Amino acid sequence: MSNLAQEKLLLEGLAVNDRQAIEAIYRDNYPMVQAFILNNSGNTDEARDIFQEAMIVLFEKAVSGHFELNCQLKTYIYSVCRRLWLKRLQQMQRFAGWADNMDDSVPVDEDLEIHEKHHSDFILMENAMNKIGEPCKSLLDAYYMQKKHMQEIAQEFGYTNADNAKTQKYKCLMRLKKIFFAQYKNGQ
Amino acid sequence: MDEVLLLEAVERYLKGEMPAQEKIFFEELRKTKPEVDQLVVEHTFLFHELDRHAGVKAYKHSLYEVETKLTEEGIISKQQLQGKAKIVFLWKKYKRNIAVAASIAGIMSITTAGLIIAYTQKVNESNKEDLIGKWENTNTKIDKLTDKIQTSTTATPTFTTTPDYRATGFLIDGKGYLVTNAHVVNRLKTPFYVVNNKGDYFNAETVYTDNNSDLAILKINDTSFKTIPNLPYSIRKNDLDLAEEIYTLGFPRNVIVYGEGYLSAKSGNDGDSTAYQLTVAVNPGNSGAPVLNKNGEVVGIITSKEKNADGVVYAAKSMNIYKLLEAIKKTSDTQNIKLPYNSGLRGLDRSQQVKKMEEYVFMVLGN
Repeated sequence: MSNLAQEKLLLEGLAVNDRQAIEAIYRDNYPMVQAFILNNSGNTDEARDIFQEAMIVLFEKAVSGHFELNCQLKTYIYSVCRRLWLKRLQQMQRFAGWADNMDDSVPVDEDLEIHEKHHSDFILMENAMNKIGEPCKSLLDAYYMQKKHMQEIAQEFGYTNADNAKTQKYKCLMRLKKIFFAQYKNGQ
Repeated sequence: MDEVLLLEAVERYLKGEMPAQEKIFFEELRKTKPEVDQLVVEHTFLFHELDRHAGVKAYKHSLYEVETKLTEEGIISKQQLQGKAKIVFLWKKYKRNIAVAASIAGIMSITTAGLIIAYTQKVNESNKEDLIGKWENTNTKIDKLTDKIQTSTTATPTFTTTPDYRATGFLIDGKGYLVTNAHVVNRLKTPFYVVNNKGDYFNAETVYTDNNSDLAILKINDTSFKTIPNLPYSIRKNDLDLAEEIYTLGFPRNVIVYGEGYLSAKSGNDGDSTAYQLTVAVNPGNSGAPVLNKNGEVVGIITSKEKNADGVVYAAKSMNIYKLLEAIKKTSDTQNIKLPYNSGLRGLDRSQQVKKMEEYVFMVLGN
């Protein structure tokens, strides 16, 4: 299989949360990123964080389905990490130029902008979920995050039947919607 | 139209569970009534957000798990720079700060050197005395959290007598090494026991005690104890920030008890920089209980609380554990303790974290 086809497969794996694809990408790319971060006044914990964020950027791109591989996966990951790390360094006011002057990265600003937006949405949703209170939080978590069946949820939460649980779920959703949109509009 | 009903309809529509006839009606409704259409758009957006949220959450969890696995294999190295490499690394990281600091230090040291030399002798002596006085004072004020067990506790078969004291400890190495408080092991007579959440008793012995940080390391010495391969939590090396959320698991009763709080000060009793001050509910028996942050890292170990003030709890910083291990390495080479280095609890809900954690927190019992 050609390199390109293989990388495409990996990304398709990422999109469906395939553990093996994630592991393969980690194995192929993590050492490079770690070396880069260590060379540029970071430590391994920071390398792990940055790589993780890059993996999420990659995931978002893979899920969106618009992933055109106009460069090697390795180059892309490197570029994202380099950009993320620069930002982090500047925030901490620790940036004093790169250790290497070779910048063979591809432009990723657009992707990172989308990622920032997604990230802030993620936080908004997380906050909203934390604010709706129990049992709503657990109920929605069980259904939408853990993908449990309504039957199972009804039993677990002590509803007489799945229909009751369903009614409750929609009530909870209405609350979530209210809180989420209130925050969303504030944030805009 | 009832918004709840509409919400349900939108969900079915998005999932493609809507019968064809209803679908036509639904689409017609959207066209004719703009307010309905507006709601549908909002609901659709909410469902999309929820869906994406779930996706990212699940994915993040996979990431953590892969990370843990690869760290064990050594592909991802943990923070372990030593000797020259570390100096180079620190130099690179801080060279700008060092330059500034050095120039300030130079000026300061020249102007104040004389004064310092003149006063050093006196100041040191008076400080020392004060400290000793205070130590006794504060010592009496502080409640050690080792609990006296009430006689009503049912004796277990392994005990010839009822245990007098109860405290908490937790695993730092699956081979059976636990951390607890120094005042716990000082109080207990050997032999003492540790009990896991399933109620299994194991013989344990002290490996090392450090009265300064009030920490001790125990080893389970029991053939019935089976090595636990990976502990899901890591031990934090850096200081926490003020107001960070923390929680603790311990044995103030004969069952494990969860407590939640926050970091109130970065130093402990009497300005002790090896400890934190926390605000969290603890009671006798919580001695040695692990303190974790939201990422499931062990950040400290409960040691004591102020007797005359409410809610002032002290915990040794987790960094001390690393120091203890260094000290052990120097005194003996038979103990090969490997700390867990990656938190598999990250990204999990609190209740799921606690569920995983429970297994590794032990009750320490003895006379």
